[in-house]
Amino acid sequence: MSAQDVKQVDARALWQEAFEGARKRDVDFSSVSGSKLKGLYGPEDASVDFARDLGYPGQFPFTRGVHATMYRSRLWTMRQFAGFGSAQQTNERFKFLLEHGQTGLSTAFDFPTLMGYDSDHERSRGEVGQVGVAISSLRDMQTLMDGIPMADVSTSMTINGPAPILLAFYIACGERQGVDPKLLRGTVQNDILKEFQAQHAWIVPAEPALRMITDVMGYCSTHVPQWNTISISGYHIREAGSTAAQELAFTLANGMEYVKRGIAAGLDVDDFAPRLSFFFDSHIDFFEEIAKFRAARRIWARKMRDTFGAKDPKSWMVRFHTQTAGVTLTAQQPENNIVRTAFEALAAVLGGTQSLHTNSMDETLSLPTEKAVKIALRTQQIIAEETEVAHVIDPLAGSYFVEAQTNRLEAEAEKYFAEIERRGGVVPATEAGYIQREIHRSAVGYQAAVERGSKKVVGVNCYEEDHDRTPTIEIHKIDPAVERDQHQRLAEVRKKRDAAKAKSAIDDIRDACKGTDNLLERFVAAAHAECTLGEIAQVLRDEFGEYKEPKIL
Amino acid sequence: MNASPDITERFKRGDKGAVARAISWAENGDPRFATLIADVYSKVGHAWRIGITGPPGAGKSTLVNEIAKALRTRERTVGILAVDPSSPLSGGALLGDRIRMEERTLDKGIYIRSMASRGSHGGLSRTTVDACDAMDAFGFDEIVVETVGVGQAEYDVVSAADTVVVVLCPGAGDGVQAMKAGLLEVADVLAVNKAELPGADRLIMDLEEAVHIRLAGKSTWMTPVVACSAARGDGIEDLIAAVERHREHLKAHDLDGIRREKRLAQVHRVLDERIAEHLWSGGGFGERARALLDSGRSPYDVVAELFSALLAEHRHQKNGAK
Amino acid sequence: MTDRKIRVLVAKPGLDGHDRGAKTVASVLRDSGMEVIYTGLHQTPEMIAEVAVQEDVDVVGLSILSGAHMELFPRVREELKKRGLDHVLLTGGGIIPGEDMEKLESQGFAKLFGPGTRTDAIAEYIKTEMKRRWAHTS
Ligand SMILES: Nc1nc2c(ncn2[C@@H]2O[C@H](COP(=O)(O)OP(=O)(O)O)[C@@H](O)[C@H]2O)c(=O)[nH]1
Ligand SMILES: [Mg+2]
Repeated sequence: MSAQDVKQVDARALWQEAFEGARKRDVDFSSVSGSKLKGLYGPEDASVDFARDLGYPGQFPFTRGVHATMYRSRLWTMRQFAGFGSAQQTNERFKFLLEHGQTGLSTAFDFPTLMGYDSDHERSRGEVGQVGVAISSLRDMQTLMDGIPMADVSTSMTINGPAPILLAFYIACGERQGVDPKLLRGTVQNDILKEFQAQHAWIVPAEPALRMITDVMGYCSTHVPQWNTISISGYHIREAGSTAAQELAFTLANGMEYVKRGIAAGLDVDDFAPRLSFFFDSHIDFFEEIAKFRAARRIWARKMRDTFGAKDPKSWMVRFHTQTAGVTLTAQQPENNIVRTAFEALAAVLGGTQSLHTNSMDETLSLPTEKAVKIALRTQQIIAEETEVAHVIDPLAGSYFVEAQTNRLEAEAEKYFAEIERRGGVVPATEAGYIQREIHRSAVGYQAAVERGSKKVVGVNCYEEDHDRTPTIEIHKIDPAVERDQHQRLAEVRKKRDAAKAKSAIDDIRDACKGTDNLLERFVAAAHAECTLGEIAQVLRDEFGEYKEPKIL
Repeated sequence: MNASPDITERFKRGDKGAVARAISWAENGDPRFATLIADVYSKVGHAWRIGITGPPGAGKSTLVNEIAKALRTRERTVGILAVDPSSPLSGGALLGDRIRMEERTLDKGIYIRSMASRGSHGGLSRTTVDACDAMDAFGFDEIVVETVGVGQAEYDVVSAADTVVVVLCPGAGDGVQAMKAGLLEVADVLAVNKAELPGADRLIMDLEEAVHIRLAGKSTWMTPVVACSAARGDGIEDLIAAVERHREHLKAHDLDGIRREKRLAQVHRVLDERIAEHLWSGGGFGERARALLDSGRSPYDVVAELFSALLAEHRHQKNGAK
Repeated sequence: MTDRKIRVLVAKPGLDGHDRGAKTVASVLRDSGMEVIYTGLHQTPEMIAEVAVQEDVDVVGLSILSGAHMELFPRVREELKKRGLDHVLLTGGGIIPGEDMEKLESQGFAKLFGPGTRTDAIAEYIKTEMKRRWAHTS
């Protein structure tokens, strides 16, 4: 032992004594996910084999990022989620965002669309255009993309149960614009497992839903090769109340299930895995989130290479979109949400995200106003242009704390993988409600912690102000005329189309449901024949039945 | 207290709100239930009562939904009672079985009631029978009662039914478990649900063997083992046919006698409750017992003393009435 | 009467799938001694009212985050009324702007709860309200 070592040991003991003896603030020193935190982390907490666990950016296991240059070559894509009201209104918002420097489109759909109902369905009453845009037909999609060069933008569509149908509308819309599907770029979320687990917009049960997903992977690998066929999403799992570890574990477990399904459907893993992308939440616990993103990359790389035998390094990479955490926003003192969002966005950037949506301050109250959306976008621009954080790749690597958290999250995720395996895999574990129950337990625990005051939320359980119920900021409301107009548009579509052609397209889908032909191919044909979303989804319901949630509580 | 004439009249008219209220009265020990059921008791006995029990997650609710659907195609009306445990800590309950039966919500010929077990098991059996009587008098052709079968105490509840179907599934807590838990004892029909899953054939074989060992030569009814898949709607007809066979069997084997014994058990329960209530809330027995215990007497002594006091009180009342 | 429990129907009208709030509230009400019937997602106003009848509930609590409350809440009230359930305590919560809350409350809704409400406050409100109502009736 050298003299210097002795001195260090003494220093540590000295610090330990000072630390233990001192009075601490009376708060719960744990992460927002409830993981206990030490006051100081050192080398003994962060066992990292540099080559094995970190490596270099753009190299296995990608802990430090998926590109060699990261933001030095290209900043992340600033992709604000938008969609409300009619296709025409959303089209205008898209153009507004593109004019203000946004680099990709991201579409939010209304609940009827998400559930596969046309705007004029009985169940759609009052919901048309409310939380996203209403798209019931190819014609609506054409209005949505009007004047936007589809060969040049990348479009993300947050849709799951009916994802293959909306993708069919998009492909057909491109063809009508004269764009070869091979040139289309974008993403459909298409992640049905997390719908069953957390977000709850579905049409058919798990098995036929998973078949449609492999149909999309199969069809796109030849016809729409630049399309990201699935965005495996932790966002909704987290928003439903999960911890960081649960978000990580369930998302990657879902991802692995899709990979298994693709392989079982006869696809070569390296043909479809590079088109899988991910979507995470960036929550308020800064370091835990950064560690989560790093752990996600490392776990996936290991699984893909070692478990699934993928050979193409692109198959090993977690490329991901991030959205700041909607659940952390408060209706009280809504301007504070700008600050929360800024920290969450910074964590996503330091975690190496490929694209980012920053929430608007008014999102807990209603759809965001234009002003709020602009501030949210500017938040990203300030991080990108002013803070200088984007100059250095994975700047927090080697931090004892961040490496320890990265290791912890990986270990916790592995525990969940084992438990899910014990329950027969993701699908049985979901059908039995296990994953939902885990999420619910965390959500209830967090709520109780907030109400006890052991977790603080400014404006809610500390630093409250007398506020009346009426929000102090301007809010955005949807005109009921949107619903009426949609009814009219749909009536027109149904009247004008070639009825025989539409019917035979529907019959073809029915046949494909009974057999094994690629459903996406039939959906594209049906889109061209002007069949509506609801009509196509109804065939699926007739043939496959409807998903029914298990009892969780 | 009178049953509110309004509710009785609505009950007779076939208003589901009235049968719902009657069941609430039974749950709450409201005396209006006794009046109401007395008024309509001549109708009780029409319905066939099917008890469905088994471990949590076996697919009972999903199966009840399928059974109800199949019975509806035969134009039979169905009353469903779904019992779930109350939380022992808070006394509250979360009742979610309806989720699996959602498609039946708006069917005019179906009534679904969720019920919490509320503490005492004797009490639960009493309320379950009351609820079945109410649904029976209301005019449903079939009554289906779902309860979680995890321990001895639940058997009482299902034994109120004419036919008890025990639902098991491969995997979690299979056959051997069930036999240990004594679920086989109460089963008139064994349903192996999730039959499409691996392990189902094995479970069916094990159960058939167990039934043979247990019952061969001892009983005139051999409990059949029926495979089904509630999720796929397979095997439901077989299950209903097995219930029908059991029904024919009972009809040929003194159904009236069996039912009378079940009613007698209900008389026991109600009488026990009545006496207990009389003792502990009205009769001042609590204070007397406390005083006796304080004077150093054993619990048995105390009981002997209270019991003779009760008899004396009773004799006194009888004499007074003369 | 031995043991009267408050029976609550927690329901999610409409197509939105955000049940975190509804499930959390359902759990809290259970933990405060109530019997809670939870019917799952995507319920129509008609289904909600029909369940309220069959379950003879004292309280109906609606949770909605889709922005369709001004359409769906009044329709639930209508359907309840049609079935003679005017007496049921009809409450709810979700993302509902203050002015809409006021409008609904003036239409016969009991207190509505916005984001950030303490769940124990909801349980307390229901208990107090039911105690008051039961004192008046039986
Ligand atoms: N694979 C399979 N799953 C089923 C079947 N029947 C029910 N389930 C599932 O089992 C779980 C529990 O069902 P439920 O009816 O709530 O069970 P209960 O607790 O016994 O009432 C649900 O997730 C159902 O989807 C079946 O036949 N096959
Ligand atoms: Mg059940």
